[in-house]
Amino acid sequence: MRDVAVIGIGQTKVGEHWEKDLRHLALEALQAAMRDAEVERVDALYVGNMLSGELTGQEHLGALVADFAGLRGVEAVKVEAACGSGAAALRLGYVAVAGGLADVVLAVGVEKMTDATGPEATSALAMAADADHEVAHGLTFVALNALLMRRYMYEYGYKKEDFAPFTVNAHANGMNNPYAMFHTKVTPEAYAKARMIADPINLLDSSPVADGAAAVVLAPADWVRGSGKPVVRIAASAVATDAVALHDRRDPLALEGAALSAWRAYGQAGIRPEEVDLFELHDAFSIMAALSLEAAGFARRGEGVRLALDGEITLRGRIPIATMGGLKARGHPVGATGVYQVVEVVQQLRGEAGANQVPDARVGMAQNIGGSGATVITHILIRET
Amino acid sequence: MGLPSKNWRLRNQRYRLVGEICEKCGTPIFPPRDVCPECEGPAQTPYVFSGRGEVYSYSTVYHPPAEFERYAPYTVALVRLEEGPMLTAQLTDVAPEEVYIGMPVEMVTRQLQTEGDEGVIAYGYKFRPLIR
Repeated sequence: MRDVAVIGIGQTKVGEHWEKDLRHLALEALQAAMRDAEVERVDALYVGNMLSGELTGQEHLGALVADFAGLRGVEAVKVEAACGSGAAALRLGYVAVAGGLADVVLAVGVEKMTDATGPEATSALAMAADADHEVAHGLTFVALNALLMRRYMYEYGYKKEDFAPFTVNAHANGMNNPYAMFHTKVTPEAYAKARMIADPINLLDSSPVADGAAAVVLAPADWVRGSGKPVVRIAASAVATDAVALHDRRDPLALEGAALSAWRAYGQAGIRPEEVDLFELHDAFSIMAALSLEAAGFARRGEGVRLALDGEITLRGRIPIATMGGLKARGHPVGATGVYQVVEVVQQLRGEAGANQVPDARVGMAQNIGGSGATVITHILIRET
Repeated sequence: MGLPSKNWRLRNQRYRLVGEICEKCGTPIFPPRDVCPECEGPAQTPYVFSGRGEVYSYSTVYHPPAEFERYAPYTVALVRLEEGPMLTAQLTDVAPEEVYIGMPVEMVTRQLQTEGDEGVIAYGYKFRPLIR
């Protein structure tokens, strides 16, 4: 196995891109990443996307994006793992470079969601759940997370307003990220008054439907070592699965797939959770942020919300999360999210995070979750000195 | 979910809560999956559940998917069956504010979804407060 480095990053602003379609969003991110990496060709292209067929009537994105990016002829495929599609594409790129099957690989995550109506997008997102045993009973993706949040509050005695710090932190960090969808501060009072979507989850617990694309260029780390450029190495890439349906999990509040994925990653990188300087977690809903912190070993069972209440998730806290806004404020173009997370970790490790810079960041972790916890992909990146 | 063939294929589990029991370790399984999630042994022996259980968690959906817009708001739940397995279903014959975690419930057969005035009606399980 060869060491793999991220040698280029690119992203579009997340938001409602009425003037841009799926292929042009992908193109914008991909070209930015190739410029950043100073490469003009790649050996393979992996496109992470969840909903292009359902929401835009377009599948076959590997060849499509390759063609429109001027890469006709290159190996290219689309990768799907629900909301984990972006990190899944990155994972395949990592495998190709680490295994010596390719030298320069592009992984791009792209999603175009705003051409559909709200209810259409809700139906499409529910395809990440069990169609016959969850969705057929009227479950939405929000509702599945609401079931988790309600039970969590019941078991550990939290009140609804105790979850506010996740939203407040994400929006505070999103303010300084030019690529974030939202640049609005959220107060605990605003959180308490937000409109209910699926009780107890309200609008400000939920990440927004959005368009966006992000891309990374991967290459053998030896290519950039000694070049004078910062070397950001992928120290771990781990995928784990769990039951797709929430009711089939051994313990719905345990997020066992996330724990398995995180601890596999710690093993590969040879580090412990205390050594992680920042954690881009999958805060699609506030409850997911709490459960992810617990699964990855940053808080004990039932204490993820306590960690947030104690201010430990902010940029100056013990484990900064959503440092560029997270899914909540940067936005959640589902199949692109996993790549955005890694792009943001690279920004932090290069010292390019501006006002949101985590001081002396050397080890960054990104965890992308498909469904309500069924596919979990963790990447740990380390800046070499 | 509107495919008639799919509704037909799922009839035993949807209408009568027919699951399976593991021949090796005796674990009752619902929904049926033919492989025991506990011991990975084969599990194809049918097992009919009593239909009684309790609410593990619940939520009221105000923003439904397109196919369920006309039913909103409705209350969904994770129900722990008395035999052990958990399932996902709507609650019926109860106001959302009356539901609580631990509430005893029982299975009833209801319409899950209709496709307009002339389409197929899908029936299946919902749960209501246990009538003693």
